[in-house]
Amino acid sequence: MSKYEAVIGLEIHAEMLTESKMFSGCRVVDSVEADPNSAVDPLSLGMPGMLPVVNRDAIEMAMKVGMALNCDINQFNAFERKNYFYPDLPKGYQITQLENPIATEGHLDIELEDGTTKRIRVTRAHMEEDTGKLSHVGKGVSLVDYNRAGVPLLEIVSEPDIRSAEEALAYATKVRQILRYTGVNTGDMEKGIIRFEANISIREKGTDVLNTRVEVKNLNSFRAMTDAINYQLKEQERIYEAGGSIDQETLGWDEDKRKTYTQRSKEDAHDYRYFPDPDLPPLFVDQEWIDRVRAAMVELPDAKIGRYTGELGLSAYDANVLAEDHTVAEWFDAAVTAGGPAKKVANWIINNLFAIMNESKQSINAIQLSPAGLVELIGLVDAGTINNNTAKDVLVDILESGKSAKEIVDEKGLAQVSDDGAILEIIQQVIENNAKEREDYKAGKVKLRGFFMGSVMRELKGKGNPGLVNQLLDKALADLLNE
Amino acid sequence: MSLTEKTLTQVRDQLRSGDTTSVALTEAILSRIDAVDGDVKSYVRTTDELALEQAKAADERIARGESSPMLGIPVGIKDLICADGVETTAGSKILEGFKPPYNAFVTEKLKAAGAVIVGMTNTDEFGMGSSTEHSAYQTTSNPWDLTRVPGGSSGGSAAAVASGMAYASLGTDTGGSVRTPASFCNIVGIRPTYGRVSRWGVIAYASSLDQIGTFGRTVQDAAAMLGTVAGHDPRDSTSLQRPVPDYEAALTGDIKGLKVGIPKQYFIDGMDADTEAAVRAAIDKLADLGAEIIEIDLNMADYALATYYLIATSEASSNLARYDGVRYGPRGSGRDVTETTMKTRAKFGDEVKNRIMLGTFALSSGYYDAYYGKALKARTLIIRDFEKAFEQVDVIATPTAPDTAFKIGDKTTDPLEMYLSDIYTVSLNLSAGCGLSVPCGFDRDNMPIGLQLMGNTLQEELILNTAFAYEQATDWHKQRPSL
Repeated sequence: MSKYEAVIGLEIHAEMLTESKMFSGCRVVDSVEADPNSAVDPLSLGMPGMLPVVNRDAIEMAMKVGMALNCDINQFNAFERKNYFYPDLPKGYQITQLENPIATEGHLDIELEDGTTKRIRVTRAHMEEDTGKLSHVGKGVSLVDYNRAGVPLLEIVSEPDIRSAEEALAYATKVRQILRYTGVNTGDMEKGIIRFEANISIREKGTDVLNTRVEVKNLNSFRAMTDAINYQLKEQERIYEAGGSIDQETLGWDEDKRKTYTQRSKEDAHDYRYFPDPDLPPLFVDQEWIDRVRAAMVELPDAKIGRYTGELGLSAYDANVLAEDHTVAEWFDAAVTAGGPAKKVANWIINNLFAIMNESKQSINAIQLSPAGLVELIGLVDAGTINNNTAKDVLVDILESGKSAKEIVDEKGLAQVSDDGAILEIIQQVIENNAKEREDYKAGKVKLRGFFMGSVMRELKGKGNPGLVNQLLDKALADLLNE
Repeated sequence: MSLTEKTLTQVRDQLRSGDTTSVALTEAILSRIDAVDGDVKSYVRTTDELALEQAKAADERIARGESSPMLGIPVGIKDLICADGVETTAGSKILEGFKPPYNAFVTEKLKAAGAVIVGMTNTDEFGMGSSTEHSAYQTTSNPWDLTRVPGGSSGGSAAAVASGMAYASLGTDTGGSVRTPASFCNIVGIRPTYGRVSRWGVIAYASSLDQIGTFGRTVQDAAAMLGTVAGHDPRDSTSLQRPVPDYEAALTGDIKGLKVGIPKQYFIDGMDADTEAAVRAAIDKLADLGAEIIEIDLNMADYALATYYLIATSEASSNLARYDGVRYGPRGSGRDVTETTMKTRAKFGDEVKNRIMLGTFALSSGYYDAYYGKALKARTLIIRDFEKAFEQVDVIATPTAPDTAFKIGDKTTDPLEMYLSDIYTVSLNLSAGCGLSVPCGFDRDNMPIGLQLMGNTLQEELILNTAFAYEQATDWHKQRPSL
């Protein structure tokens, strides 16, 4: 892309994990696990005479995400019907927000590879309902599962501020992080609960024209999204270079062929005949409600990173690593609140717990170590009761047995010797018992310090407090030279 | 006087005094249906066994000393109102055999009150018509002249009450569908304020205009039925959260000092001379009873019909999209999804197809502003018109229809001709008021004429009492068709 630059806008469709559906009391189930059509009611099946009622929890979740995306939260909300026919759409229309969405005019700052940040403007976020799911089982038979029909969806629309697949990935990753932080969505893309649509065009660098774009729908993973974008950017450059022009089309992404394909041309574009849903009067979200939701907002990733690097004095790298997953960040915060020294807690998480989590494929909340448990372990090291190496063994023990660090240290007699007198006695013995080395050391072979240190630690069965042993040994050796 | 000739209030007294039983009333009504409904065709199906069970249960409640206003009273409900397990078809082949697994709010209310539901009454398909000729099952006849229509779309409900086949009934009124048939059949029909009665479980035609109404042979009978089915319902977002007054208690008969507005624009050329004379005489009667008659303007009256048909058909085009045969109802057989859907939808009648096409067009991109959008603006002006009028007067009096019942087949070839019969009723549906029709005379062919009384938002008590005062001073309502 020498001559051209990309102009990309992303639409992110995220299911909101409420207990019940967007407009009915019908429960929401995991649509991958549950039996087909086991979570439906007359309303989600679009039966005659059934009427929608807006789910309060969905409004609240939408507000949270809107706030996290720095949007204005709008008090006046209206719902429109988007009319189109498809067997997975029970009513023949989808209830959505067109003219008066819950959130508008926000932004999200993303970090680029070169360390700079870039602001992506968020046009809007609006509430709507999901459709059912069709599966084509062959021989001209298609089956419909309406468990998903009516599940609350939040559609987050960005301005065309994205200039590459990498920026799109950074933006999408950060939006997913926010969805997880706010508890709106688990972010499990393989379950289809987050889906992307990319509007893609290119233009000559240095211009600010908006050329004809294509829309690639139903991108179900980060990989599909970046691959589809990169494929289209190359394709559009090839077409322009050959003197051709781009048609405004709706495209799909073929996972197997790694290519986009035409779903609908401009001529076949739907006329959705949007109009205000007469079954739903405008919804007024009062300021008091907005204030209440804002006051109860969780600390968001950027704020956490700021606090970690500022107040807690962590490195930018450590802060980012910890804040990446909100469960890790919350675990870290709990440990710090329990009195753990921030840097040490961070080191333990990053250097030890991550490896353990990776190996056992468990989340930080699932492993047998509580934030307070780690603080206790760090406390034992700081007090000199055990050294760092012993502490790592104790950690393994904690994870296996679920016992506390203190219990393990006591039971196994792992407490290190921090008694000056006892250590000094052993140092003296070692110097006495190794006459040759003693004499060599006195003759200037100072490298032998390592030998003495090793011998003392061996005598202490590894439980010697290394700091103390070093200190006392240095003193004893100095005395030896001064003899 | 036979049991079936009596009014609801009369048989209620007999039930309470032990002179008769609900089972006896129900049997009398069922025999009456056997005797005359072969000619009138007011019921599309009766539920004899269920009705007798309900009657027995009602008698037990009466024996226990209960006395709610509708307890033990046999009633009919329009075939748009869902009853759990009872075939409910909206007068359409597209719902043939459909048995909803739920009761409409009003059905629940009637059952809880101990009313006996005798059957489902005939309606124009999805309520789309002014004569019941557009029912896919049968054409109901006017009990006063079997060669004429009973009005529509709640023609079955009106004819049943007028000919002694129910003591009261439920209809729906989207553009006059309760008031016009009441007028044509010499009974009382009230269409309360939008939101007064929950629409939950009532098959939608045009959601922002649909409202459930009640029929009775007298004002008090219609009031008793309304008091039973009105009320807030959290499942209908447009349902009003206001307590239901005791409508029967409001019937004092005193209207001294009441300001009655007569809109100039409603007394137009082309209005039947007998109708005009009867309505003017009725207005004089109101003056005799102490009302002050004031000429007013409803300047938007000319635009009401066009506005109504644009909004109603637009909403209908979306509301009826769900009937695709995928989840319930009969399914056509085709080679693929498109053909199957087309064959299913071929079950819609011609008038329904007309209105779906009209509404789809009015909402289409490029036409929305000129049609649906403009209709919404006109609707706002009509609402203001009424607001201004109600600053001047308490009640507005007009003819219910420009003419009396027409001959079956007379207006089926030209839809516009049929639409014109709603010219005096549609404005109310576009506004936020309530209205009723009360018998006020007969034309040269001995066909009934109705007086329409309209009130401001939630002024049901006022219009009912006005009608009651008029009714007490006249004996039009005592006339019965000779069947």
